[in-house]
Order: sequence, then C-alpha cells, then structure tokens
Amino acid sequence: MKKEKKGWKELPIGLVLEGGSSQTFETGDWRSEKPIWDEEKCTNCFLCWIYCPDSAIIVKDGKVQGIDYRYCKGCGICAEECPPKVQAIKMVREEK
Amino acid sequence: MIVARTGNEAMAEAMRQINPDVVAAYPITPATEVVQLFSKFVHDGKVTTEFVPAESEHSAISACVGASSAGARVMTSTASQGLALMHEILFIAAGLRLPIVICLVNRSLSSPINIHCDHSDSLASRDSGWIQIFSENTQEAYDSTIMAVKIAEKALLPAMVTTDGFIISHGMERVEMVDDDAVPKWLGTRQAKTSLLDVDNPITLGALDLQDYFFEHKRSEIDAMNHVLPIIEEVQNEFGEKFGRHYPIVDEYKMDDAVVAILAMGSTGGTGKVAVDKMREQGKKVGLVRCRIFRPFPKDAMLKAIAKVKVLGIMDRSDTMSTLGGHLYNECRSILYDSNTRPLMKNFIYGLGGRDISIEDIESVYTGLFDIEKSGKVDENIVYYGVRGE
Repeated sequence: MKKEKKGWKELPIGLVLEGGSSQTFETGDWRSEKPIWDEEKCTNCFLCWIYCPDSAIIVKDGKVQGIDYRYCKGCGICAEECPPKVQAIKMVREEK
Repeated sequence: MIVARTGNEAMAEAMRQINPDVVAAYPITPATEVVQLFSKFVHDGKVTTEFVPAESEHSAISACVGASSAGARVMTSTASQGLALMHEILFIAAGLRLPIVICLVNRSLSSPINIHCDHSDSLASRDSGWIQIFSENTQEAYDSTIMAVKIAEKALLPAMVTTDGFIISHGMERVEMVDDDAVPKWLGTRQAKTSLLDVDNPITLGALDLQDYFFEHKRSEIDAMNHVLPIIEEVQNEFGEKFGRHYPIVDEYKMDDAVVAILAMGSTGGTGKVAVDKMREQGKKVGLVRCRIFRPFPKDAMLKAIAKVKVLGIMDRSDTMSTLGGHLYNECRSILYDSNTRPLMKNFIYGLGGRDISIEDIESVYTGLFDIEKSGKVDENIVYYGVRGE
C-alpha cells in the first residue's frame, strides 16, 4: 500500500492536475482501521459487497476474493454488516 | 506623450493600453472611475476586452479567477470594502498561481465608514499571497500598472498596484505616457501553460488537497514569493531601459549622509521628499526611505536603506490592532533582528481615514527625531500623530 509521495519541488505549479486523476488517487491511505477478511469463515453472502461505499470488496467468479486496500477507507461497514454468526471480517488498527 | 491625468484616469489609460482579455469589476469609491472609464473604452471599441460587470466584488474577482484559469490576461480594480469582500478569493487566486492584476485605490476599512485614504485595506490582504506595489504619485501608478502585468506573469502570482484614495486617485498630475502600440508590444501575450478551456487537454484545477499534499502545495507557493524580488528588479530594469523611467525596489531619497530619516509608503513619500528638501536647505541631514514593494517584503534592500541611520521614524497609515504599532514598523523591527547596527526607532501612526499629512507635519516629525538623536533614547515607541486628545 505504501507509495512514495512527491516532494513540493516535484509538483506542477498552481494545483493543476491532469483530467481523470481520481482514478489514480488512492483514497486507501485515509484509513486508520483496516478490515481483515477470513476466507475460511466467509459464506459468500455478499452483504459486505452490497454495503461497501467504496466498491472495495473484490468479487470474482461468484466469490469474495478479498479487499481492495487501495480504496478501502476503513469505515468498518463491511465488518458491521457481516452476519454475527459468520464474523468473517474484523477491524484492526492500521499500521503506518 | 505628456498629459494631465488623475491617478484613476492614469490607471484606466494603462489598462486601455494593456488591453487585457478580460476585466471583471464592480465599482466602489474611490476606485469607481478606473473601471467606469475602462468600460467606456470597451464601449468605444478602443479595447477588445471582454468586460464583465459583476454583481459584487466577490463575483468580480471570482470571474477573474475563472478567466485567468482559461489563460486570459485579466485585470480588475477595487478599494476598501470591495477588497475586503474579495478577501476569500484573493488566497485562491494566489494558490492557483493566477497572474491577475488589481488596480487598488487605498481607502480605509469600516467601521466607522469613511471613503478616504489609509492603507488598512491593502495591508489587511498582506498575507494573501499577492504581490503589493505602492505608488507615490500618478506617474508611478501608471508605470507600475503596466509593469505589474509582466511581473505577475513571470512570477505566476497575482499583483495589486495601489494608489492613495483621493490624494492620488483624484489628484490631477503630469503624466508621461508610453505610446499606445509600445505597451502591448513590450508585454507580449500571456503564455499560460494550461487552460481550463482546452478540451483536448483537460485539467482539474483547485482539487481537494488534504493532509497528504496541502502542505507541499503551500510550500511551493511560499517559495514563489522568494523569487519575486529578482523578477521585479529585472522587469523594472527592462522598463527603465525601454521607456526611460527607472524604479528601485526601495526608494532612498538623500539617504547617503542622512542622520535621521523617515520611512513611509504611498503619497506620503512625495510629501516627505519636499520636507526633506526644505530641511536640507537649512543644513539638516535628513533623508527619506519609501517602501515601494510591500509584498514580498524587500528585506535586503530595506536593511541597506535603514540600518545605517541613527534615528528612524516609521510612518504607518494603518495599525495592526496588535498593540504593537503599524505594519511597516513591525516588518522593520523584525528584519533588524538580523542586523548588527540598528537605528533608534519610533512609529508614527498617522492619516487614518484620510486625515491630511502636510509638509509641515513631516518637518515636525523630523524635529522630534532630532530630539531622539540628541537624547539617545525613545520615550514612546508608538505614537498616534495628528489625533486629538493625545
């Protein structure tokens, strides 16, 4: 996840960004808590996928594959929505 | 061409010759005439400018930001409350590095409401990231307006050129004007690296910038200010060579052997020079320093000018409301910390709300400074000159 950020001398003058730059703006670094997904406990009910506001639950071939930490802001909704009997997602402190 | 013009007329004429791509403005006393006259130039086809009569100063400067982002050469004019209403957008113009030029006519800020000159309006914007150039007279206002366009575009920072409300703005003076053709030729066209209207190369401007990059962008803006004084020097030299009028960063008048001096800004510089001449005739070694560029503050040139005199009277047409005196006084006390020699200093807050300052007043200030020179001490650091009840 850790990406080298530019120093002030490398930035374009006047806050100018290229168009479409939101695709490269990885909001995952806002996170202070991180969801940990347990594949063995997961029942693939997709509640996390439905509720995730950042489309950060990766689903492929009808199965949850994991969490896209580039965009996950650590809001914890997925862990909250994961059924109490399943508890496949738990939140842990983000290590910086 | 030698003509008789008021400060407002001279600034409007400069704008006519510059022929900016866009002028967006809202009228306010005592700057009204600048854009009123300019709007007539638009009507009469003397300029090709897109003129936007906005519904407020906030809208006027916002339109300037938009137009400047599109790559246009943009100007406006305002005063006092108008500049205060622009305050929010001033920082945005500077942060986006847009070389907008404001012809600013200094007028006191309410309350109490007043239409006459002091420097509280421009100096309340001193931290906005704008270059600030103060004029002593109409000629300088005209010349500085033209130079400011080049300075702003080279520095990629906005600039305001000021005159003193009514004293310069409405006072008729002799002005040497440059030929109409020569101004646009000297300035060339603005070469903006990006344009919001360039749909083939889309850009995002002014995006949200949080903990991860805000500081870096601000640091870059602060650094831009570090490079402004050499740019001003270069443009002033170019202007001097081309048009024959030379301007310094800090204006020193009879300072070579001066024992006591005053430091002032704006039209008081001119009044003070007459007082200096009168006192020099009586053999008194007085001098005057005029701060022409207030932002960025010209530390080295100012130290060179003021550090060598024995007593310095600093004339501020504004107060910082900090209990520490006026703006110039505070800047000078700050830069003198790094100096091995420093004069005894006294701050004279004067002329608020347009209260007149005469040649005789300034002579009396000099007389007071000689008393300090004799006694070797300053009894009162900050005085309010010309106010009743002191």
